[in-house]
Amino acid sequence: MLDRSEVLHVARLARLRLDDEEVDRMAGELSSILGHIAAIAALDLDDVPPTSHVVEVESALRADEPGPCLDRDVALAQAPAVQDGGFLVPSPQAG
Amino acid sequence: MDVQEIIGLTAAQAIAAIERGDLDAVELFSAYRRRAEEDELGAFTWVAEHLPADMHADGPLRGVPLAVKDLFCTAGIPSQSGSKILEGYLPPYTATSVARLEHAGATIVGKTNQDEFAMGSSNENSAFGPVLNPWDRTRVPGGSSGGSAAAVAAGLAPWALGTDTGGSIRQPAALCGIVGLKPTYGTVSRYGMIAFASSLDQAGPLTRDVTDAALLYRHMVGTDPNDATAVGHPEEIRLPTAERLDGLRLGVPTELTSGEGLEPGVLAAFEATLETARGLGATIEECSLHSAPHALSAYYVIAPAEASSNLARFDGVRYGLRREADDLVSMYTGTRHDGFGAEVKRRILIGTYALSSGYYDAYYGRAQRVRTLIAREFASVFERCDLVVTPTSPGVAFELGAKTADPLAMYLNDSFTVPMSLAGIPAISIPCGLSEDLPVGFQLAGPAFSENRILDAAHALERAIGFDGSPARTRTGATS
Amino acid sequence: MNGGGMPSDGTERGAGGPAEVASYEPVIGLEIHVQLRTRTKMFCSCPLSFGEPPNTHTCPVCLGLPGSLPVANAEAIHYGLMIGLAVGSELAPRSIFHRKNYFYPDLPKGYQISQYDEPLCSGGRLGEVRIHRVHLEEDAAKLTHVGSSGRIHGSDASVVDFNRGGTPLAEIVTEPDVRSAEQASEWLRLLRTTLRQLGVSDVNMEEGSLRCDANISIRPVGTTQLGTKTELKNMNSFRFIERGIRAEVARQEALLRAGETVTQETLHFDPRTEAITSLRSKEEAHDYRYFPEPDLPPVRITNEMLHRARTAMPELPAARETRFASVLGLNVESARLLSWRAELGDYFEAALDAGASMHPPAGAQPLANWISELTARHDGDDPADSKVTPQALATLVGLVGSKKLTQGGAKQVLDRLVAEGGDPAAIVDAESLGAVGGADELAPVVRAALEANPDVAAKLRDGDMKPIGVIVGYVMKETRGRADGGEVTAIVRAELGL
Ligand SMILES: [Zn+2]
Repeated sequence: MLDRSEVLHVARLARLRLDDEEVDRMAGELSSILGHIAAIAALDLDDVPPTSHVVEVESALRADEPGPCLDRDVALAQAPAVQDGGFLVPSPQAG
Repeated sequence: MDVQEIIGLTAAQAIAAIERGDLDAVELFSAYRRRAEEDELGAFTWVAEHLPADMHADGPLRGVPLAVKDLFCTAGIPSQSGSKILEGYLPPYTATSVARLEHAGATIVGKTNQDEFAMGSSNENSAFGPVLNPWDRTRVPGGSSGGSAAAVAAGLAPWALGTDTGGSIRQPAALCGIVGLKPTYGTVSRYGMIAFASSLDQAGPLTRDVTDAALLYRHMVGTDPNDATAVGHPEEIRLPTAERLDGLRLGVPTELTSGEGLEPGVLAAFEATLETARGLGATIEECSLHSAPHALSAYYVIAPAEASSNLARFDGVRYGLRREADDLVSMYTGTRHDGFGAEVKRRILIGTYALSSGYYDAYYGRAQRVRTLIAREFASVFERCDLVVTPTSPGVAFELGAKTADPLAMYLNDSFTVPMSLAGIPAISIPCGLSEDLPVGFQLAGPAFSENRILDAAHALERAIGFDGSPARTRTGATS
Repeated sequence: MNGGGMPSDGTERGAGGPAEVASYEPVIGLEIHVQLRTRTKMFCSCPLSFGEPPNTHTCPVCLGLPGSLPVANAEAIHYGLMIGLAVGSELAPRSIFHRKNYFYPDLPKGYQISQYDEPLCSGGRLGEVRIHRVHLEEDAAKLTHVGSSGRIHGSDASVVDFNRGGTPLAEIVTEPDVRSAEQASEWLRLLRTTLRQLGVSDVNMEEGSLRCDANISIRPVGTTQLGTKTELKNMNSFRFIERGIRAEVARQEALLRAGETVTQETLHFDPRTEAITSLRSKEEAHDYRYFPEPDLPPVRITNEMLHRARTAMPELPAARETRFASVLGLNVESARLLSWRAELGDYFEAALDAGASMHPPAGAQPLANWISELTARHDGDDPADSKVTPQALATLVGLVGSKKLTQGGAKQVLDRLVAEGGDPAAIVDAESLGAVGGADELAPVVRAALEANPDVAAKLRDGDMKPIGVIVGYVMKETRGRADGGEVTAIVRAELGL
């Protein structure tokens, strides 16, 4: 149901590198899971609305009141790489 | 009191003993802290080194120790969600539900092991190793709250906090012979719970008995300015007192209980419990949840889809593991390759696929419609029945490694618990007997916000069943 | 979201062959991102940031920390409703947020919370451009390129500052109703004025609180099929928008005339070099995997919320234009200019209030004309920033109206006011710029002019009025422009007995 190229495409969307042997294994496993899931394709659901929130809440909005911020040291404390008070990353333009 | 006496107490009994002056809160904490430290089951990923300075012993929970599933953020305490990608992660804030319990007097004694990002039914998907079932160490404790369930069953903690997305409280509670409550979606804040599937995740108690479940849950519920989906509970949660089930109508959904894959021993324990219920005055009738056989399919689309998005933040930029690389995409893909385990990768891929262009309607869109059907069918059943009852899990605890090679077989463990999750309704699992010397769970589910009714019924049954969980506490190697 | 306003995604090839097409017309749709001027961010209570040190306005939510959850800012929704009311949108009683999934370092959660198929506002119109939709979303963080870094060996690095991340944005998407670069920038000025008057945004393009993308295609004049569109990203001034669109239209036209096709892509305009370059060329096509944001319940618009938004609505440019024209009697051009550019309209109304002698409609149109004179002399958009107070301009217009000052004299006074400020009446007195009028004062000057130009006088006597300008010019020179041309002509005729 899912071949190697489809697995690689989805993995690329998910920014997930897969080892070669993982690609083959995933293709098989995902196909078997999707095969099971495919049963819902046979249901007549035309008149059934989708549920995205099981509990409907009336306007759970937040008042526009400022709250405390994290100290910068705390915000950066768990970062793998920091420079100039910011989170350091390889440039998106590079490579 | 000596340690054996102490660990013989439920949390409510310990609170009573403290209030009577027979037990000291510090002594209680120290006893459990030591047991957690000597844990041989792999139930804990972190144990408190000492009594916290800000213990609220004057709160209604009197300082009673609490084990907390790893995925709850706890300020300054490792919160890793069972994942290598969050190894050593120290959050700057504490989850609302944990903060509420601490405020009420609970004291964190340790963080418990779990399947990575709560994805699993056996606790074999943890980056920090498997958890062993205290009833039989060659077997799994269930998952994903396996560490919490094992810790409570083995007497390494009086009670514990877990989360349930498709059965992750109820199924390990069943496999470990304890009580696990998955509350109505939205009654407990999700703020600070490292998300698996946002529309399904719900925190709940894993406890030794039903009274403890009510007591812990009572102090968890409430709205939260930090969680727009937290609605609180319209009723005060009462400590259950019911001893009879007179007039209570229990519905047994034929689609779930007549299916293949239900172990004979589990079915026998379930049917014996139905007899017990009848003896307490309940009426048992068959009911129908036509779409229940499709619940698992819908669940295994919705949960991975949401997870694929929730786990996108683990990108090596702000926290957690990073695999250095010269370019951004390689940094991302390498970090996520190294940081996520196989099951998490599997679900990220399924979820990404189900949401991707051209497949959304066929998968995610349809799954949401199935979800509507299931919620409607429960609503119609609850017009005739007060509660729906099923076995919690199709089988008892299986051997470690038995299902790891076949993800689909593993997913089938959730058949009985997933429908309630999709409908957002509350359900409890209580131990109802043994099969092959291993505990069997009995599940009671009710309409949204019917926790008091469920707890009362579970309490009456619990008394009548008289399940003995002490073997799990004495079999453990934790000695002192 | 991308291109929601375009009825066609433009996947078909550009219409029309290369050689036989006489002229092409641009078809332009605009997507405008407006930072809302709330106190706090869209989904967390961090205060908005205005140049604070990096990463000092962050919290678990806007850093995308594990376990954090968004909660929508009621004021941002209020502002969204006001924008919808201002452009006549249909306001959805129930709208939902979606997650737009993609990876980028300025996007901490790996998805942006935006709206997709159930936006807050649908449809509407502003000026001659139809509005497709208005929806709310969160802004990205700021990514600064820092060159090579010691920490990341041998490669380019960037630094992320999350202060801006999570700032509330309204995205306004138009239908493809714009037909020229000039129209685009003129219409954006109207939009900016509208938003400023609503008080929902600072609408400062240089600081990025108003950002514009343009979806551009061209087609042979007279055809209706849409060509392949390109998306020109993030132009941050009216001038760049105009130049960018013009450059892209020219590029597309050159392609089609050369028999080539336009490729659907996202482009960047460099205002320094006028170069247009393709963005994201190395990336695969985007698949944003939109799905309903499970962390946020649907937004229900209550009657109270609607009432509050309606009550908060100020007079908008369209209504002001109507009032200026019908009540104050301004001509069409002045009414539009003073209403579409709110700062001019505000100055106009302030001067009108200050000038007790200027009773509309008689005094209003001259005042409007003098505001144009002022903006021509003042170096800046807003006359309120000049040295000429509305009171001073009102006085000046009053002096002209009561014939105490000629047009020419008034322009000299205005020059002085723009340079130094002050009171027009005092300048008139000090510089003796007051109008010279009446036969008593002017007749001697006219006589001197006729004597100095006997040839002209002779022609005039013979009924050839063509060279009268010479005499008027002489008088104007002598009076330093303080005489009225009409009056001079009349006195010339009287002196010559015509
Ligand atoms: Zn924030």
